[in-house]
Amino acid sequence: MKVILDSEQIQQILKDLTARILAETPRELDIATIGIRSRGEILAQRLSGRLSQQLGKNVPYGTLDITLYRDDLNSPQGNTQPQVRTTEIGFDIDDKIIILVDDVLYTGRSARAAMDALIDLGRPRAIKLAVLVDRVGREFPIQADYAGYKSDAEPGKLVQVFLTESDGKEEVVIE
Amino acid sequence: MALKRKSKQFKWHHKHLLGLRELSTEEITYILDTAKGFEQISTRSVKKAPPLRGKVVVNLFFEDSTRTRNSFALAASRLSADIIEFTKKASSVSKGETLLDTARNLEAMGIDIVVIRHSAGGAPKLLSRNINACVVNAGDGFCEHPTQGLLDVYTIRKIKGTLEGLKIAIVGDIAHSRVARSDMWAMTKLGAEVIFVGPPTLMPSRADELPVKISYSLDEVIEKVDVINMLRIQFERLGGNPFPSIREYSHYFGLTVERMKRAKPDILVMHPGPINRGLEMESEVADGRNSVILEQVTNGLAVRMAVLFLVNQAAAQGD
Repeated sequence: MKVILDSEQIQQILKDLTARILAETPRELDIATIGIRSRGEILAQRLSGRLSQQLGKNVPYGTLDITLYRDDLNSPQGNTQPQVRTTEIGFDIDDKIIILVDDVLYTGRSARAAMDALIDLGRPRAIKLAVLVDRVGREFPIQADYAGYKSDAEPGKLVQVFLTESDGKEEVVIE
Repeated sequence: MALKRKSKQFKWHHKHLLGLRELSTEEITYILDTAKGFEQISTRSVKKAPPLRGKVVVNLFFEDSTRTRNSFALAASRLSADIIEFTKKASSVSKGETLLDTARNLEAMGIDIVVIRHSAGGAPKLLSRNINACVVNAGDGFCEHPTQGLLDVYTIRKIKGTLEGLKIAIVGDIAHSRVARSDMWAMTKLGAEVIFVGPPTLMPSRADELPVKISYSLDEVIEKVDVINMLRIQFERLGGNPFPSIREYSHYFGLTVERMKRAKPDILVMHPGPINRGLEMESEVADGRNSVILEQVTNGLAVRMAVLFLVNQAAAQGD
């Protein structure tokens, strides 16, 4: 097991991502963050806090459960089974710039599912993808608009993100 | 929000839902938790999600039903499945075809899930042993109506938070009620105390062997219970003279405005529908502030979506 990001580095990445989102988003447009369950949810909440502070206005955040949109529901999944959980987005996504947030971008399949799930909720002005770790191994033509750490972890390795709110510690490791 | 990454994951592995009697507390809770995720599909702009895309669901109803049949049909279409409606009157059953022949013929068309209602107890089980498709029981004889039991406990849990420690009265024609049985299994497994209330003529035989208390007087229990589920008097099933007159039944077992005055202020009033207004329940009570009858219908949709999703998941896993 190797630690690739510690707590301080994670904070720095979130700070950079916030700055880059702000630099590219016209001030007059409404912006919101939506995280993919489960670690993306926490990161979306943190990004919304940072963006709200910088903009001096409330940037809402929400949580997206993508289980019903996964492309592997009808194939055997071994011992794990995706559990359907709730999507909690307490605002209208129409005409907003949606920053879709996930912890790790790898195959691109989750991001594809998330985009389909979002479109069933309304018509955002744009969807931008922000991730903490951008790992090589894409299976779909999807790239992040705002990527933090770039990882070239080999297939078979596990990149795991731990966050204080869910795990009691803050780091990213490769196993 | 606490998430345990390494916690042992529960796995649903039933490709049929035949009854609640055979399910564990954990399994029932898992269905209810799953249903929560399906509730919002019905309130958003696109009221559809894709998990059953390309699947075919058959509504195989040998008994009349409006609510349950429509609820399953809507649940299936909200999950993007195709649905075939099959009713006894308009089919070869009226020409003498047997249940298994009917089902096998449907299966030959490539169906994935059969939702069956039948007047014979055990019909869904028989079917599940003879076809490859998933089977969901939508009511069999006097045995079970599992999705009704699930939506009832879902509704109670949503409002009360838990069923643990609640006292629940189920009132009326218990003997002919599959709802009472499915409710009983689900409610007791989730920790509630269930009291069957009705005249002795409408109690099941050997009721003393069931995990419930029995009362022949609604007046004795009305003050004590947190939830009251009023069953419909099923005139189509009643033989003989189980009670002297409708008026007398109403007098002793009807939920009237007068009786409600003695109930707990936060009592939940439930009914599986359709209501005989003025018989088992006065209109003012059915439409009153304690009534959750329409919530039951709304929640039924989410619960049925969850059930269709889960049995299909189990089938995909090769269970």
